[in-house]
Amino acid sequence: MSSYAMTMAEALRDALRLAMRQDPRVFIIGEDVGIAGGFGGGFTVTLGLSDEFGHERVMDTPISEIAIIGAAVGAALTGMRPVAEMQYGDFVFCGMDQVINQAAKIHYMSDGQFSVPLVLRLPVGASRRGAQHSQCSEAYFMHTPGLKVVSPSNPYDAKGMLLASIWDNNPVIFLEHKLLYGGKGGRKEKTSLDPIMEVPEEAYEIPLGTVAVKRQGKDITILANMLMVHRALEAAEILSQEGIDAEVIDVRCLVPLDLATIEISVQKTTRVLIVEEDNLTGGWGAEVAARLAEKAFYYLDAPITRVAAPDVPVPCAPILESIYVPSVEKVVIAVRELVNG
Amino acid sequence: MKADDRKIPLAIVMDMFRRMVLIRVFEDRLYHLFLQGLVPGTLHQYQGQEAIAVGVCSALREDDFIFSTHRPVGHAIAKGVPLTAIAAEIWGKGTGCARGRGGQMHLVDASIGMPPSNAIVGANIPIAAGAAIGFKLLGLDRIVISFFGDGASNTGAFHEGLNLAAVKNAPVVFVCENNQYAASTHITLTTRIEAIAERAMAYGIPGYSLDGMDILGVYQSVVAAVDRARKGEGPTLLEFKTYRFMGHSRGDPGGYRLKQEVDEWRVRDPILRLRNKLHTDFDQGEQPLLEIEAQAQVEVENAIQFAISSPDPAAEETFSRVFAGEGG
Repeated sequence: MSSYAMTMAEALRDALRLAMRQDPRVFIIGEDVGIAGGFGGGFTVTLGLSDEFGHERVMDTPISEIAIIGAAVGAALTGMRPVAEMQYGDFVFCGMDQVINQAAKIHYMSDGQFSVPLVLRLPVGASRRGAQHSQCSEAYFMHTPGLKVVSPSNPYDAKGMLLASIWDNNPVIFLEHKLLYGGKGGRKEKTSLDPIMEVPEEAYEIPLGTVAVKRQGKDITILANMLMVHRALEAAEILSQEGIDAEVIDVRCLVPLDLATIEISVQKTTRVLIVEEDNLTGGWGAEVAARLAEKAFYYLDAPITRVAAPDVPVPCAPILESIYVPSVEKVVIAVRELVNG
Repeated sequence: MKADDRKIPLAIVMDMFRRMVLIRVFEDRLYHLFLQGLVPGTLHQYQGQEAIAVGVCSALREDDFIFSTHRPVGHAIAKGVPLTAIAAEIWGKGTGCARGRGGQMHLVDASIGMPPSNAIVGANIPIAAGAAIGFKLLGLDRIVISFFGDGASNTGAFHEGLNLAAVKNAPVVFVCENNQYAASTHITLTTRIEAIAERAMAYGIPGYSLDGMDILGVYQSVVAAVDRARKGEGPTLLEFKTYRFMGHSRGDPGGYRLKQEVDEWRVRDPILRLRNKLHTDFDQGEQPLLEIEAQAQVEVENAIQFAISSPDPAAEETFSRVFAGEGG
């Protein structure tokens, strides 16, 4: 099978295209997702798909987040497999009742008579847009029983996990970091990382509920997701010059959480640093830290530590934003303290 | 839009009467058991509004969906959820329609097209729009009903849901049961317009404000709106003016309403009205109606006995079916 160099936006689009070709029940719903001459959604992910699949299956909506998510819930109840998009992840809060009270609870409340196989795509992360276009919101969803939460860091995982999410019979909150989408047209982000990878042409699934060990190491386990995986890997390279051998695990799926793999790593390294772009209090790192404290306490030689954004809204000025988002340097300093004591 | 009521087949009208009576007898019995402290959870009662649930559901196919509210008992009975399963759900038993996970406000039965009723006011409106879009995309001619109250018409979900359904020509009928009170707050304190149906104009869809105490009128209007939806001509907003004879929920004595107002509406009781019509317009004697009423008493007692004597859900039920199983 052949593969192509793809950005994350291209890989996500490829996943949508393959799923829609395979199954007429898959459709896209969101703002500006299919308009001819338009944007292809907030970040070009759906660009061109309405040419192939038409405007019924790449359904543009009014600016109505309650209705977008609510309609996705309703369509899912009929057996459709909607993929709904929030133009920016922050907008999900306008429709939060539909996520928390509806999508997440219907299967349980109905004693399993109804399921809600929808994917809700959320572009997240600070990208010089200020407090209402920047938030990493995974903790809200991780807290809610009935939702799966996915947060990939690269094009290969993005494609395989989006396909797995589409075929999953549950509501899946699918976070996409804006600085990882990759340049495309006029929408390239100034501070973006734009990972490009060889991605197989065919459909493949990466099972939800898995993490990925991105770098083997013996001195410390660094847990990160999305953009922070890249910062952690960069930090690990710097630290290796100093003789510190860090293991980096990409927590690409938060629910279900593969704690077993993380535990094995922690047994080996005896130290844990969690790196998250979400702000500190009640973030996903807090939950992972608590579980590790319960499960792996006796393996630990140092306190479980977090490098996270501070508990403030996301500021806009480049200098302030760069202070807000955890940097490679902060990761390096935190690791040194943990390993060297 | 109203045709001659007498052209509705007698069998349909008698079945309407039967279902309305069943709702009334069941709800009244629940109320008395509640006052005795024998109902474990909450109650939101439907007495007075029976013509709407039954009139609407009589115009539907079994595979059409209804989306209901925190006051779902009437809708569930009208759509065909077994009374035993409803009663057992209210009693929190393992034989309930959601095996005790839902409770009074979350009645469900996939086999007759009833997703779990929704206790967030207004929230079912965009969901109903989406289900209608789903049926349309699947190429099916199934349609969707969204039941909600006057209170829901002031939520953002109402606006977003109706507008999306309108612009997508979704096969859904929005049924506003205007009982004039959002919990204790009278509609004149929340809404400046006379009829909620006027809001349809803002979405470019038809809207009608009708008498919710006249079941045959309800039925005829829903038949027309359902027909329109099934033909792909889009949504309709039907407002039915009605009254709930009881309080908003358990233990609400209704101190915000005048006795005179309640009495005036009780005179318009939709069941008495249909009963009289069966005599005058459908040539029915007293005997078949008395039989239906007696049968309802028996059915209700049996359902309540079934509920009370049913086993509790197994403890492990607390933890299961949070997530659906994998696979297509």
